[in-house]
Amino acid sequence: MTDETMIMPSSEDRHSKDPLEPGPVIVLARETLAPNLQLLTVRAPIVASKIQPGQFVIVRADEYGERIPLTVADWDREKGSVSCVFMQVGTSTYKLGKLKAGDVLPTFVGPLGKPLELDRWGTVVVAGGCYGIGSIYPVARALKEKGNRVISLIEGRSKFLLYWLDRLESASDRVLVATRDRSIGKSVDGPNAVKDLIDSGERIDRVIAIGCTFMMYLMAQATRPSAIKTIVSLNPIMIDGTGMCGACRVSVAGETKFACVDGPDFDGHQVDWDLLLSRRKAYLRSETHSGEQ
Amino acid sequence: MSKKQPKQIIPKKTPMPEQPPTERIRNYDEVPYGYTPEQAMAEAKRCLGCARPLCVDDCPVNINIPAFLKLVAEGDFRGAINIIKETNALPAVSGRVCPQEEQCEGKCVLSKRFESVAIGRLERFAADWEAAQGSLPIPELPPPTGKKVAVVGSGPAGVTVAADLVKKGHHVTIFEALHEPGGVLVYGIPEFRLPKAIVRREVEYVCRLGVKLVKDFVVGAAETVDELLEKYDAVFLGTGAGLPWFLNISGENLNGVYSANEYLTRANLMRAYRFPEYDTPIVRGKRVATIGGGNVAMDSARTALRLGAEESIIFYRRSHEEMPARAEEIHHAEQEGVRFELLTSPVAFHGDSNGWVKEIECLRNQLGEPDASGRRRPVPIEDSNFRIPVDVVVLAIGQSPNPLIPKTTPDLKTGKDGVVIVDDETMKTSKKGVFAGGDVATGGATVILAMGQGKKAAKAIDEYLKTGQW
Repeated sequence: MTDETMIMPSSEDRHSKDPLEPGPVIVLARETLAPNLQLLTVRAPIVASKIQPGQFVIVRADEYGERIPLTVADWDREKGSVSCVFMQVGTSTYKLGKLKAGDVLPTFVGPLGKPLELDRWGTVVVAGGCYGIGSIYPVARALKEKGNRVISLIEGRSKFLLYWLDRLESASDRVLVATRDRSIGKSVDGPNAVKDLIDSGERIDRVIAIGCTFMMYLMAQATRPSAIKTIVSLNPIMIDGTGMCGACRVSVAGETKFACVDGPDFDGHQVDWDLLLSRRKAYLRSETHSGEQ
Repeated sequence: MSKKQPKQIIPKKTPMPEQPPTERIRNYDEVPYGYTPEQAMAEAKRCLGCARPLCVDDCPVNINIPAFLKLVAEGDFRGAINIIKETNALPAVSGRVCPQEEQCEGKCVLSKRFESVAIGRLERFAADWEAAQGSLPIPELPPPTGKKVAVVGSGPAGVTVAADLVKKGHHVTIFEALHEPGGVLVYGIPEFRLPKAIVRREVEYVCRLGVKLVKDFVVGAAETVDELLEKYDAVFLGTGAGLPWFLNISGENLNGVYSANEYLTRANLMRAYRFPEYDTPIVRGKRVATIGGGNVAMDSARTALRLGAEESIIFYRRSHEEMPARAEEIHHAEQEGVRFELLTSPVAFHGDSNGWVKEIECLRNQLGEPDASGRRRPVPIEDSNFRIPVDVVVLAIGQSPNPLIPKTTPDLKTGKDGVVIVDDETMKTSKKGVFAGGDVATGGATVILAMGQGKKAAKAIDEYLKTGQW
């Protein structure tokens, strides 16, 4: 550890234990769900007690690590545990993927962002790809509890990249699967599956999409002609996650918003996707450089 | 008794030894080395010992300046630091970042004809001397009162409140949203101006006094102020002014355009200057434009040089005279080769086909009548547009309090720009049991003012905890 690592001396205990002392963030489990996709479960009682569908956490893998946002895939309020699914793409997620049960994370802060708006809309398509397959699980569950007819729709390049079908089945009225190579399911991707649903005369009252930026963009394009409200969970680069830096600024309906505090959920038909895609790529070269070290 | 000899006046301050500009722009180390004991004693002897010292009046925490200067002059450094610490909990910080020319040194009688006594440098000297003597003894503390206080934010206001209240026997917990305590002192002010070790030392000291520190905890998200009030007898909001302002001009969301908060947070808190040892990247521009004329702008422009910029240019809409930065910061920036484009306002940023900023378009201004701030207003000259190629832009045009807590605390009254409204003397907010101070209550001022307000708040909180009277 460097001299800059902050180590707080334990103060002599003159006072009783603090009611809000969260204790260390201990890794309870880490498993590979699919190639490159990891599930991380940690002890984080305060986050677990407060988190709502749509909210996220900011994580640092070690004392040298970046602060990266992760959407939350599940939680257990009783046990005080929180789970996130993430894709290993750069240095930070690579480090997270190395964690073992019993390791301690230096930072796991949340819940951040606004909770997703939940209501009884009728039929809701909840679409997830990549890490978003995990993130839509609590959304589907909450929408079902609200009395909606929930169609969960998951996509991937191939069958072996999908996970949690059983969980989604338990939380949805119907589960649709789309794979690029058609190893499972009829459609090639989520947006096409939604188009097919619309064409088949299915009445859809709302679409919620969580996944990579390009998938959410295509989903918004797919629902635009029929003007089905489509909520997307944006994932720009963030640092603090509390509205302090503005790194995560996105343009929605012509107005600059901070995804961390004004979002992360926005109307997909109003998002400036070109800007978002461009800003997400800002550090690609640095990421590669850092990963090589 | 022999007649007192008239004091011989030395017109200039004892020069501060510092890293030469050409060297220091290649490292992140602190610029001034600090006075030696001999230099400090010589400088302190310049004080005339006024019968009615004006310097004290203009110090936001009213340090007994002539008394501590006298002890420094006599070589009694322990005595000097003890006097400073009677009213100032963080002298190593304020000695480095206070705008002394507008406060104590501005009122120094010497400054009318000569250079003032270097009060700030001597304050820093006394604090650094004490730190060099090893860890501080913990004073005798009163028995626990059983009262609990939640302090939100670990910046200068929060740390001051916590230190004062724990010394009164109260249980104090500081909640910090980020992973390192210190607030603006660690995310904003760069290492070369305020070494992080100093902030760490001060925070460690308050923790040794018994203050609990909970990091990575966002009040307003993990817990609302109302929820805190169920568990604590009083709450102090020292959450600073963390919401960055933007210009709302075209091209502002291009890659390479940063808020100063983001730029400095990457460089300082996340230590991007040590990338790839640390994982957080930062764009190392060849030509960096910083917009603004305050301390944050100087910090950004000087950080850019240290990150390897060949040219670092400050664009400021008024003239040199109106620049709000500390004189020393402007001086250091000039020495290091920062270029100043004065009387210039950006009107647009232009990007390349990949969404990266490549040019800044500006208008020239002339100065008009003074505005509400008393400074002459910049008036744009028509058709004076010009463009300069840049690859990084840093917006250092101001900030206001983060709205997260006001938004989740319906009965907390806020004013212009979301500033939490407080009583000037007690720092009480509109909500019973909740106090606020520092930038969240001023909208953005100085470290020393935040500490001064922290002192007032601690006194009023102690009173409130004892009497229950609001």
